Amino acid sequence: MEVSVVVHKKNKDTDRIDGVDALSLAPRILELLQGVQQLELENFSMEIGDLDLFIPFQNLAHSPHPASAPPLLPQKPTDLIRELYHPRVVSYPGHIREVTLGATKADGGSRAHTVTIGGATTPAYTDILIPPVHPPAISLDVFDMKVSLPRVLREHVADVMEDPAEWARMNVKKFGSDIITIHLMSTDPLIRDTTPRQAAETVEEILQAVDVPIIVGGCGDPKKDAAVFTAVAEMAAGERLLLNSVTLDMVEAKTLGTVAKAAHDHGHLLLAFTGLELNNAKELNRRLYEYIPPEQIVMDLTTVALGYGLEYSFTIHERARYAALMGDTELAHPVISAATNAWAAREAWIEMAPEYGPRELRGPIWESLNAVTLLLAGIDLFMMMHPASVLTLKDVIRRLGNKGTDAAIPARDWVGARIS
Amino acid sequence: MTNGTILTEQRKKSIREISPIDVYKLLPKTNCQECHESNCMAFATRLVNGELVLTDCPPLHTVEYQAALYDLGLLLAPPVRAVTFGSGVKQCTIGGKYVLHRHEFTYHNPTTIAIDVDDLMADEELRARVHRIEQFTYNYIGRNLALNAIAIRSISGDPAAFGKTVRIVSGTTNLPFILCALDPAVMEAGLAETKECRPLIYAATEKNWKPMADLALAFHAPLVVHTDGNPALLRSLVKTLNACGLTDLVLDPGTLAEDGLSETLHTLTAIRTAACRDFDELFGYPLLGVPLAVWTSEEISMDVLKWRETITASMLMSRYADLLIIHSLDGWVLLPQLIWRFNLYTDPRKPVSVEAGIRTFGHPDKNSPVLITTNYALTFFTVESDIKAAGLDCYLIVVDSGGLSVESAVAGRYFSVDSIVSALKEMQVDDLVNHKTLIIPGLAARLSGETEEASGWKILVGPKDSSGLPQYLRQHWPPPSA
Repeated sequence: MEVSVVVHKKNKDTDRIDGVDALSLAPRILELLQGVQQLELENFSMEIGDLDLFIPFQNLAHSPHPASAPPLLPQKPTDLIRELYHPRVVSYPGHIREVTLGATKADGGSRAHTVTIGGATTPAYTDILIPPVHPPAISLDVFDMKVSLPRVLREHVADVMEDPAEWARMNVKKFGSDIITIHLMSTDPLIRDTTPRQAAETVEEILQAVDVPIIVGGCGDPKKDAAVFTAVAEMAAGERLLLNSVTLDMVEAKTLGTVAKAAHDHGHLLLAFTGLELNNAKELNRRLYEYIPPEQIVMDLTTVALGYGLEYSFTIHERARYAALMGDTELAHPVISAATNAWAAREAWIEMAPEYGPRELRGPIWESLNAVTLLLAGIDLFMMMHPASVLTLKDVIRRLGNKGTDAAIPARDWVGARIS
Repeated sequence: MTNGTILTEQRKKSIREISPIDVYKLLPKTNCQECHESNCMAFATRLVNGELVLTDCPPLHTVEYQAALYDLGLLLAPPVRAVTFGSGVKQCTIGGKYVLHRHEFTYHNPTTIAIDVDDLMADEELRARVHRIEQFTYNYIGRNLALNAIAIRSISGDPAAFGKTVRIVSGTTNLPFILCALDPAVMEAGLAETKECRPLIYAATEKNWKPMADLALAFHAPLVVHTDGNPALLRSLVKTLNACGLTDLVLDPGTLAEDGLSETLHTLTAIRTAACRDFDELFGYPLLGVPLAVWTSEEISMDVLKWRETITASMLMSRYADLLIIHSLDGWVLLPQLIWRFNLYTDPRKPVSVEAGIRTFGHPDKNSPVLITTNYALTFFTVESDIKAAGLDCYLIVVDSGGLSVESAVAGRYFSVDSIVSALKEMQVDDLVNHKTLIIPGLAARLSGETEEASGWKILVGPKDSSGLPQYLRQHWPPPSA
């Protein structure tokens, strides 16, 4: 199909919203998606059938809506009946704590700048006059060993996969990462079982390679992580690393105290990870308060991929944020989302029938949608991988932070637009 | 001055504040069981939970209970009106929302997704596009996800051309239409070709509301009310159209696709919040989002426009759009919308799960492999389809993980050493096979050692994705020791 775009413009006066920077995104996205072929829409081979199976949910009530009682006016109005609108102003008793990642020289670290997250006083993007106190931040992933990644992700990092320091530098310089996450995957007893000392050396390399704040990811084993985090905390004293993560499993393994104490003594932050269960999140936080000030705790309530339970993550974050703003201080911590988990969805990486498009587009769109969906639920910090997804999220964050203008922006005439 | 006319005698109750007793009082109280419930109280409880509807109680619909039915209707009416367009099996119902957040109750009437065609398309192109719209489906957890409606746009501004296009589309499909033209003469020409199929009319504005109101009344069709932002004007138009006798309305405060996206999302949020929290009746209507609006930008790369349309559509859906008009027909744009819609509209009170238990595939014998997974519907159906596609003979233990996928269930400790051990015991897996080897999902590798100790079974760590099962079994089954 030959396609060309002709924009039929009726409103010459709307040109001013063609923001140059909004459009500057375009070439970069294209570049990042390069190699993607235009889809052949003509070549369909699908089964027609069962289309009728899509049954919309039934209405609860079929009876008249209060507004639907037929008005008893004798005749139709000849002029517009003017009504007013007063924006609803809601203030909440609670607020989300602010947490600062990284420390500059003045504060005992070596970072060029710090990143502060949190501080919300309203649910995300509900009052246009109250944009986020701190725009949500983005951290790109680095692994300390060669890992198996979907092909679409791998091609962007293939050259640096065995050099974590170089990988970190690329994420900051080329992709504009605010923060770097180093996943110490090789420490996993089931993988390479590298020692806490080796892990600490890797973190040190990353600290020297880049000057942004660092998140340190463990392997998920409550005993090994405790040993690794303790060694890393000592080595990087004062850097305000975010240790990813502490769990209720550590309570069971009796290692939580060690890690929390190390974080406290050496000035680091803790990421409290729980699996989609707010009571567990609160319990873990309560245990951490015994060791560390609440301003040093960030929560990970679990991010599930689109199609695999993203709605659980969306809802748990909406619930947590409302509860915190209504005064539940045990949930009033900034939240992090591993948008990278989107790649767990098969639709993000497998070859599918041609009508569903190439995986080169499906993968990064999956990660992007995971991120923007949870952005609306209040996420303060995203862990991401695909450069196009990072760029997309940054663009959305910038646009949603827009307080609007005094004059209404007229919608363009899409009804009469010639678009293909 | 308040927004909306809140019922003064009795403030409307939110669905969460209505008790079964409130409903029971208005029911016949005869315990006739025509609804197949054991008594009226049980019916009331399920009605309040949204599991049954008023039409499930036949006696209520007799003359005797007319007044009670009216009162029940008022009591249970959602703060966002449900509006229906189209006719027949494919008719679309939009809105009908009870709550602002899905966790407060559940969302009803999944967002209708309409794709556009226009009156400059050649006949053949038009028919081909309509067919593509009808045929786009995706099988997800055993359901066919599909597109729902067609938006017909007047680009030419010519009534005859628009009428002809509507006629062709109408002869090609029974999907419902949204007729899009701001000139009442063009709209009338389109409506004349729709033959009682109740299309949705786009749109009444400050300029054309009088003739559009007349058309909506004449054709008994629902009407979209459009403004450029300006919520006060939107309320004024709704109030005026109500006074004209129109109550099947849809609200469109305008979708601004570029830097205005913030304004659009905040406006939709403000309207829905006022409807659900303050019961503002003038805002108590379904909302329209138009991701297609991204195509009016100066951007010339098709892929970038499609990319932006995807992101915009998904955010509008999460932020209360009950109806979307989209231009792209690409699978990678539409697939995530269909899946996210399905997910967002599942009932959060009930996990999407399948029953726990042992499933048998093919013709397994005493030496066949035993696999284990969780009872999240998607997890189960994915594993099931991979096993079936490969024609494997095996047993699959489905553990109750509270409807969570393997990864989340391991993290949340719903799929744990204990749950595996008790499943093996309770389901008497020993009796099925002569071996004691269990294959666990690769994403649960962490549990292998402890499970082996606790269960006495040899644990093999399978692939992370069940698509790898056939190859895995070729290489690892039967296990060397068996």
